[in-house]
Amino acid sequence: MTRPSQSSTTEPHDIVVLEGVTKRFPGVVANDSVDLRIRSGEVHVLLGENGAGKSTLIGMLSGLQQPDEGRILVDGRPTPITSPRHALSLGIGTVFQHMMLVPTLTVAENLLLGGPWWQRPRIGQLEARVAEITKSLNITVRLHAKVSELSLGEQQQVEILRAMVRNSRLLILDESTSMLTPQGIEELGALMRRLVEQGLAIVFITHKLKEAAAFGDRISVLKLGRKVGEITPPRLKFLGEKAAITEIVEMMFGKQTDDPEAERHAGSFAKPDAAPLLQVRDLSVAPMADSPGLSSVSFDIRPGEILGIAGIDGNGQKQLAEALSGQLATTGGSVELDGRSIDAMDVGQRRAAGLRYLTDDRLGEGTVGTFPVSINFFLKQVGEEPFWRRGFEQRGEIDSRAGELVREYDVRTPSLKTPVGRLSGGNIQKVLLARELADGARVVIFNKPTYGLDLANTLASRQRIRDTAARGLAILLISTDLEELLSMCDRIAVIANGRLVGDVQNEDDVRTTVGRMMVGVAA
Amino acid sequence: MSVEATGPAEATAVDSTPAPAGGGFVHRLLMAIGPILAALVLAGAILLAVGVDPLTYYGTVLQRGLLSPLGIQQTLTRMAPLLFVAAGLIVAFRAGMWNLGGDGQFLLGAVTAAASAPLLVEVLPGWMALPIAFVLATAVAMIWSLVPALLRAYQGVNEIITTLMMTFLGTSLANVLVKLVFLDPATTVPQTRTLPVEDRLPRLFDTTITSGLIFGLVAIIAVHLMMTRTAFGLKLRIVGANPRAAIHAGLGVPKLTVAVFALSAGLVGLGGAVDIVGVQGNVRADWNPAYGMAVIPAVFLARMNGFAAIGFVFLLSVLSIGGESAARRVGVPNTFTLVLVAIVLVMLALAEYFDHRHNQSRKA
Repeated sequence: MTRPSQSSTTEPHDIVVLEGVTKRFPGVVANDSVDLRIRSGEVHVLLGENGAGKSTLIGMLSGLQQPDEGRILVDGRPTPITSPRHALSLGIGTVFQHMMLVPTLTVAENLLLGGPWWQRPRIGQLEARVAEITKSLNITVRLHAKVSELSLGEQQQVEILRAMVRNSRLLILDESTSMLTPQGIEELGALMRRLVEQGLAIVFITHKLKEAAAFGDRISVLKLGRKVGEITPPRLKFLGEKAAITEIVEMMFGKQTDDPEAERHAGSFAKPDAAPLLQVRDLSVAPMADSPGLSSVSFDIRPGEILGIAGIDGNGQKQLAEALSGQLATTGGSVELDGRSIDAMDVGQRRAAGLRYLTDDRLGEGTVGTFPVSINFFLKQVGEEPFWRRGFEQRGEIDSRAGELVREYDVRTPSLKTPVGRLSGGNIQKVLLARELADGARVVIFNKPTYGLDLANTLASRQRIRDTAARGLAILLISTDLEELLSMCDRIAVIANGRLVGDVQNEDDVRTTVGRMMVGVAA
Repeated sequence: MSVEATGPAEATAVDSTPAPAGGGFVHRLLMAIGPILAALVLAGAILLAVGVDPLTYYGTVLQRGLLSPLGIQQTLTRMAPLLFVAAGLIVAFRAGMWNLGGDGQFLLGAVTAAASAPLLVEVLPGWMALPIAFVLATAVAMIWSLVPALLRAYQGVNEIITTLMMTFLGTSLANVLVKLVFLDPATTVPQTRTLPVEDRLPRLFDTTITSGLIFGLVAIIAVHLMMTRTAFGLKLRIVGANPRAAIHAGLGVPKLTVAVFALSAGLVGLGGAVDIVGVQGNVRADWNPAYGMAVIPAVFLARMNGFAAIGFVFLLSVLSIGGESAARRVGVPNTFTLVLVAIVLVMLALAEYFDHRHNQSRKA
């Protein structure tokens, strides 16, 4: 805490360096040997889709998580950042995506939170310090206003101010623009500029390319936990905004030569002249606080056809899947399965009619983690013959059918009685695949079917989906992984803000078209 | 992972629990007995602090609650209503719904039975009158549970709060009903008409044990089998273990919620009726045994397993019958049994916590 925040600004130097940092979670490699230099006087933009590993990286920088491999250097010395408090004392301040202010307290009270409990809050000292900072940054902050009275942009300034009051030298802004108005975003950009001019380092996390190109000095792109590219300040200046965006799109969605998952879309099982098996017309869902809803979504899927839904996570993918499966009430539109309207059917009836939904939230809603594997195969058939007779469980029938499914779908489980939550992500996925694909499936919705799986299980799941299409089923494949969609789908539609913004055949040049539609840059 | 056998038969050997079978049993036994011993020692220390010899107290409790012929008969009789309450709580807790309104439901069931049974036996033969009283008591308790059930099912209102509030209303309503509506004009104490002893539930053989014990055992075992063996029970358990999975699987969660509350409250109310028709004979206005709360720890200790709950309800009965005697003889208030049960619960939770920590550190 002794170092002044406005350290000499003459020479940019590395404040924090990550070397080969790897972080694993059960079944997922969140960060795979990431190298990153964070220099004073620079806005370092971290770009990547959801699941690219941005949050984990911030978690490690702010002391919430520790890397499994690699090391973090602070001022050139290897330093394990053991806790958020430790990170603060090292001068690393984080402004998280969701506001972390107490709305019922005043700005000053919020700024004083976290001080030693045995001391009286030192308001006078704070006021002097805040005046000094706000003056140099050319912002105004009403110290005695209640936080709940401030706009989101103002609250964000308070959060930044809080980090500054604590002498931060490195400021991490996690998706800070996601809740701001366009004007608020501009102001934040200008504020970041003034902060780095004072010698601070800023890590700015976003998935909006325009902001990255407009505000960043250096841009690093993360993809599936790996750092796939970096644009240095001189190069960024040289490229200009437009060319920089093109280059970033190429990095984020471009094909990598050493990527074993990348394979061409080989052959189609679609029957072009067959009548559509699933017809969706003007499907609408009301928007909610945390989701955009759906507006007038329409598409057809023929037998054997795989329709991909591309898009950045959180643009209505889950709502689409849930509206089709019957889990979510719609506000309009119609869905027909093989020419029969299923609008009036509930979840169970839709399943019986052959519509299956393989959820992406395997443990959250797909399975009951504490229940045995065998029961989880039949969660959607509770009470049905022959597994239950007159309401009574037929353990023999359940176990013998579960045994068949375990063999057929190659579920690696110690026993049928093992709680499903103890299996790896890949094996839980196999349980779900078995449950949804067995017995009478006709249309299957896959929501991010390979999310968080290792390579072997990813490839196995994709093969399973292809086999399903080969059987003549209609497939809706929702994924945030463009590579996956390119290798699997007959057609790709892009969803943005609850709206389908394009529907293109999967042909040679489709990659960039879809990529640009995904990030909101017109094709 | 890749070398594991895929067939279930061969794969059973590759279980992930590292402890050998014998060690596992000893370990489980230690985990069950250790905390109880620790609780007895701690409770003993409290007794010492208030100037009572713990050995005398424990001795009296054991003697009067378990070892003396009269004591054990009273204990077994006490079990009847407790078993019904436990059965009701198991249904709710396993479905993830915290019905803490047992006392209100119990008393309303009891008052209904106390009001209807004496009238019914005058016009109907006993084998018909008592079941009708039971059905009425069950129905009233079920209706009483509708408010928290509907609020939880359709508005998402936390049932812990609503059932607790409803229990205050329920006990007051029961009190009012006794004083104003079902008052026995023949007595000066505010109480309902008394069911003649010969019309009550028969006693077992030549003892004073009520046959309600048998009904209670049947109820709790039936509930246990329902929860573990039937499709309906599985649906309730899915709702309890992962409500989002229940929605995903297409279960009608609101309807199941209402069913759970009805079943739970119905069983608790039936417990009240059995206690009245079997043992008490009437309801005094100030009568509130608070079984609904007392049974909660027993159900938790049994981990909501019906058979284990029988054991813990037995223990609770021994403690409460023995504790009542000890209150008179040793001068320790009989609520001390609740203190003892609470300490056992805390000790078990602590044991579990440290065991979990130990396992984690061994894995790391």
